[in-house]
Amino acid sequence: MTSTDQQPFLSVRDLKVHFSTEDGIVKAVDGLSFDIARGQTLGIVGESGSGKSVTNLTILGLHDPARTRIDGEILLDGQELLTASERTLEKLRGNKMSMIFQDALASLSPYHTIGTQIAEVYRKHTGASKKEARARAIEMLTRVGIPQPDVRVDDYPHQFSGGMRQRAMIAMALVCDPELLIADEPTTALDVTVQAQIMDLLKDLQQEFGTAIIFITHDLGVIADIADDVLVMYGGRCVERGTKKQVLGNPQHPYTLGLLNSMPALDGPVDVPLSPIPGSPPSLLNPPTGCRFHPRCAFAEKVAGGKCSSAQPVLEVIDGRGSACHLETSQRDALFADYAATAGHN
Amino acid sequence: MFRFLVRRALGALVILLIISAVTFWLFYAIPRDPATMSCGKNCTPDMLEQIRKNLGIDHPVPVQYWDWLKGVFVGRDYAGFGHCDAPCFGYSFANREPVLGTILDRLPLTLSLAFGSAVVFLIFGIGTGMIAAVKQGKWQDKVASSASLVASSLQIYFVGYVAMYFLVAKLGILDNPSYTPLTENPAEWASGLLLPWLVLALIWTANYTRMTRSQLVETLSEDYVRTARAKGMSSRNVFFRFAWRGAMGPIVTIFGIDLATLIGGAMITEYTFSLQGVGRLAVDSVEKSDLPMLLGVTLLAAGAIVIFNIAVDAVYALIDPRIRLA
Repeated sequence: MTSTDQQPFLSVRDLKVHFSTEDGIVKAVDGLSFDIARGQTLGIVGESGSGKSVTNLTILGLHDPARTRIDGEILLDGQELLTASERTLEKLRGNKMSMIFQDALASLSPYHTIGTQIAEVYRKHTGASKKEARARAIEMLTRVGIPQPDVRVDDYPHQFSGGMRQRAMIAMALVCDPELLIADEPTTALDVTVQAQIMDLLKDLQQEFGTAIIFITHDLGVIADIADDVLVMYGGRCVERGTKKQVLGNPQHPYTLGLLNSMPALDGPVDVPLSPIPGSPPSLLNPPTGCRFHPRCAFAEKVAGGKCSSAQPVLEVIDGRGSACHLETSQRDALFADYAATAGHN
Repeated sequence: MFRFLVRRALGALVILLIISAVTFWLFYAIPRDPATMSCGKNCTPDMLEQIRKNLGIDHPVPVQYWDWLKGVFVGRDYAGFGHCDAPCFGYSFANREPVLGTILDRLPLTLSLAFGSAVVFLIFGIGTGMIAAVKQGKWQDKVASSASLVASSLQIYFVGYVAMYFLVAKLGILDNPSYTPLTENPAEWASGLLLPWLVLALIWTANYTRMTRSQLVETLSEDYVRTARAKGMSSRNVFFRFAWRGAMGPIVTIFGIDLATLIGGAMITEYTFSLQGVGRLAVDSVEKSDLPMLLGVTLLAAGAIVIFNIAVDAVYALIDPRIRLA
């Protein structure tokens, strides 16, 4: 093993992903850093277009190299991924790191049986025989809770229900016991009971194999359930990070606060209206000056000298905890308490 | 699969019956008398009557059609030709030859033209289409796309004559188009048809290049292709087993229809290269008001379309497991 104890299992440093389009350069990810240790789950939260999915596709090297410019560093177990050859990445994908996609129906090939699709990953990375790989596929289907796995292994994805497809997708992602699993909104398209089962399944598998998981979602409820650490993204940048307890219990960034307030609280009074964040996500083609959140921020005018619209706040992280906001800490606590009170939460 | 084939075969039969009836009716919709045409100058009413009897057209049109149908299914007796076993498609009004025999004589040439050029245009069309899709936006794509646009607007009678002038007459690289049966001499069969194959392929390749490219560009951005990459499949594997598998369906469909068109509609090609195939036969039979021959070639063309459509549906079900044959 090349990693030392000090070195995190996955380390992303100052990642920038820029696409060139006909209208100009889209800064999908603009200076993102984070670490994950083995057996830990990092939840990445953010609106559509905040750069969550792009970040993770970049880790796997699934971006279109012709249209994408990437800067920064991604180290997986000490190995640099951004400069790695396609051949090296092929050996890692599906093996050491794998990904569960959101829409299992579109993400599974309609032309191959579930069994084939699981078995081919195993064969590719372990060199197992067809028979062994098939047995392994059945074993995986059993583990993710597909009934009659020895029969269903020969079914096509369209013969599976939505929840079963997502399970099959998980079986496929886990067939080589990956050390890093990226789950991109794996439960968004599923109904709540199935969602809970899938989450339990992921937690069990993590305990069993010590897999590091990146869990991408826009659902804070899911984050509360599964994550150890949370990273909140806005406009291609990290605006706040910390442990789940810190971020959800004591948000330090107005955007995180806004996200929390736009969710109904089960223990709160029922007649309190939800308070969504006004405005819409920023254009990544032409992002706002200064803090990217300032046009939608309830506290922008509370900062002296119009700093919010002129200077980009710096994310200062101490012991894995930090937020990128111009508000003074003392000022912030008072303002946030008022805000929460008016919104009906406390 | 068996039920599918039986059902579709019955449907095909109904279609062919309707087409034969319509052809019959259309033929007689213009007032004309095939007997007068074949009787010649010094024609007496007695001779005319005799010719009608011999050709089996001495009855009203519906009765004639019924007789023709009977001939196809159980055989019939002609006053002029004696007994004709089923399937009997009659005798040519123009040269008194049996229709079926004449078509079967001409068919190998037409099939050779169609399948030979299909092999060439499939290989080149799909090949360049794949390159264009993989090199999307790069110079290879631009060259392939603009060349195929030019090639698809060319016409066979133009390219055919130009090619014959330069490649055969001027440079002598290729042989003058001619037909030798494959079973007789494979080398001569190929060299005699090489020029028509290439000319046909040049024009048809363009369509397949464009179709392959656009289908692949679509499937390459499918989620399941991305998943295949995320699993660590090699790029070659991703391309052929996933992207190409998804792109094949529509190409197979168009190919089935195109092949039927090549077999049933080879008139211009055969005229351009002075080849005596079924297409030529079709034009001649119209010119000579040769009803039995016309019916024969019409049914051949229609039959080709019907059969290839059934084949396409069956192949499609093999490619895409979501499609069930019923």
